Amino acid sequence: MKRTCALIAAVVLLAGCGGGQTATTEAGDEGSPGKVTLEFWHLATSDPLKTVYEQRAKEFQEANPNVTVKMTVLENEAYKSKLTTLTQSGKTPDVFATWGGGVLKQQVDAGLIKDISSDVDLSEFTTASMAAYQFDGKTYALPVDIGMVGFWYNKKHFEQAGIAEPPTTWSGYLDAVKKLKDAGITPIALAGKEKWPGHYYWAYLAMRIAGLPALQQAGVDNDFTKPEFVQAGQQLKALVDLEPFQRGFLGAGYSTPDGQAASVANGKATMELMGQWAPTVQNDAGEGLGDDLGFFPFPEVEGGKGAITEAFGGGGGMAVGADAPQEALDFLKFLTNKENHTKAVETGAVLPVLKGVEEAVKDENLKTVATTLAGATGFQLYLDQAYPPAVGSEVNDSVAELMAGTKTPEQVAQDITEVAKSES
Amino acid sequence: MTTVTRRPEAATPPARPHRRRKPGARNNWLTITLFVAPALALFLLLVVAPILVAIYASGFKWNGFGGLPTDFIGFGNFTKLLSSEIFYTDMGHLLFLIGTTLVIQLPFALAIAMLLHQRIRGRALYRLVFFAPYVLSEVITGVLFSLILSPENGIANQLLSPLGLDSEWLSHPDSALWSIFLVMTWKYFGFHMMIYLAGRQNIPNELIEAAKIDGAAGWRIFRYVTLPLLGPTIRISVFLSVIYTIQLFDLVWILTEGGPAHSSETLAVTMFALGFERSQVGYASAISVVMFVLSLIFALVYQRFVMRRDLEGATTAMGGKR
Repeated sequence: MKRTCALIAAVVLLAGCGGGQTATTEAGDEGSPGKVTLEFWHLATSDPLKTVYEQRAKEFQEANPNVTVKMTVLENEAYKSKLTTLTQSGKTPDVFATWGGGVLKQQVDAGLIKDISSDVDLSEFTTASMAAYQFDGKTYALPVDIGMVGFWYNKKHFEQAGIAEPPTTWSGYLDAVKKLKDAGITPIALAGKEKWPGHYYWAYLAMRIAGLPALQQAGVDNDFTKPEFVQAGQQLKALVDLEPFQRGFLGAGYSTPDGQAASVANGKATMELMGQWAPTVQNDAGEGLGDDLGFFPFPEVEGGKGAITEAFGGGGGMAVGADAPQEALDFLKFLTNKENHTKAVETGAVLPVLKGVEEAVKDENLKTVATTLAGATGFQLYLDQAYPPAVGSEVNDSVAELMAGTKTPEQVAQDITEVAKSES
Repeated sequence: MTTVTRRPEAATPPARPHRRRKPGARNNWLTITLFVAPALALFLLLVVAPILVAIYASGFKWNGFGGLPTDFIGFGNFTKLLSSEIFYTDMGHLLFLIGTTLVIQLPFALAIAMLLHQRIRGRALYRLVFFAPYVLSEVITGVLFSLILSPENGIANQLLSPLGLDSEWLSHPDSALWSIFLVMTWKYFGFHMMIYLAGRQNIPNELIEAAKIDGAAGWRIFRYVTLPLLGPTIRISVFLSVIYTIQLFDLVWILTEGGPAHSSETLAVTMFALGFERSQVGYASAISVVMFVLSLIFALVYQRFVMRRDLEGATTAMGGKR
């Protein structure tokens, strides 16, 4: 078994670097030219992904005896600070996990990241999964996971309220909320204390009304005062005015025992707008809905410039340091080839970033997410990662205040703009 | 706080040179230097240096990355702070919490202390129970009360809703700050009760008896004998409460993160959010400098005018003299 794995790995590897560079990487022979140690930093502190990476590293070392893969595995926050310390001194690990967006852009600007555009066949990757790692037409990392935010809902509640189909338009959505309220069910659970779950609503509405290019443009020229952004706020206010959230939502956490996830998982509320990890957290924080849990994408806003096929979310990728040896790139390709990616997807820990791997997703709901993503016509990274931290936080804070009723949609647009301008 | 520690230090060394003046004066200074140096070095490194760094950083627009700050903007961060709405909201919350502490929490602690000074059954147990919350860490207290005060499942609402007294506690802008005050009181009244009890036990019973002989009773004894003699204790407990409130952070962060909609935000929470969530380290430093100056001014003024007589050790000469 091991041998076949290694064999496959070797074959895939050879196929992968089939260009003109084989001479330098053909180090698998005895008496290889110099030992290479690859610093590999990633975030998989728990299984199944932890084992997946350990196995891949082992296989890669077996196929390339001169290479030693040295892994550093850290949890999100610790990882961020350790990586920041290293990058500030002008260095990076050889292969390391990144979320893309604003932070990766900073590292690219500092000349720390290898431009891998010409080294990798990008046609295999889905559009959505690549969005966070491409700047000015160049690619700086390969995705290993991707997900999107959408509505997770309780099918039973929808039946009880007489809602036949998940809504595809915003007015249909507001109607569904009213129907649920009429049926005596809390339509939406929201973690108001943590702010980031609330920003999903505003971000999606802005995407649907102003359109993706406008949202990206706003990040560049720091102007969020366009009427479309104010409209996004007004539509959100229209939703808030229906009082769709659970009691005390402004103080609720996300994964706490009485938080957003638990409210849905215990059948107390019908929907939550959340990323692909929602079912896992629901099962963790509450009883879980099992087969009653469904997923539908954020509805389209009538007359808006965005389409329902445009997704909002994020994932994880791997970048290669600018000074890393050739083997680093080989290792990255090895990690992301179809064979190995399929294996990772099969564990249920990640969603496919390559076309045609959707079949490997076993969970029905995650399969829906995967196919929606595979067919996505556009992709927006989480605003708090796409924009500089101060702007992202202001989006979160302002939207939270809009939901608490202390800011108007106009003020939200203005305050975000003000912070964005002062940060540039 | 720094001034508190400085006083005794300044008070002790002169005691020595008084005894043997000429012979060992130089030697004495050497000894003093040698013994003070380690503490002084630590004090400079851990107290003075961070203050200076914060003052330095507050003059820059700086995100904390990439070596030293370069974008000097003078008092820019301070003018920005003074013109921002949130600063005045925070100051309002500070005054609210100081006010409620002085008017409700401390008198409550005093009342309990007076009660537990009486010979009542199980008073040792009561003292222990009331003091216990003070021993808990702020974070544990915060987590505990976020469960108790949860509007949906919390035990507080389960007990109170039959009486029609249920509330959204921390989850509503109108009640969040009151809820935080409630938790603060729960945690700290036991501590103040304890120091009042200690203060009360230092009052000689003869004075109370003398007052009784003079015909005073109950409230009048408390008002004209006990309370004035508790003066020094009360003044130190007020001092500690105010300084604590200016720096209040942990409890608020765990309970509400300053929300909903900034309704329970304190200066320290704003500072944290700006510095560590928004990477505006220069601006956050400016807030920390403002907090420092507030604490310092309060400490100096309070000690100069309110606690002077206590610090002079004239605990018994309390009457009308200043």
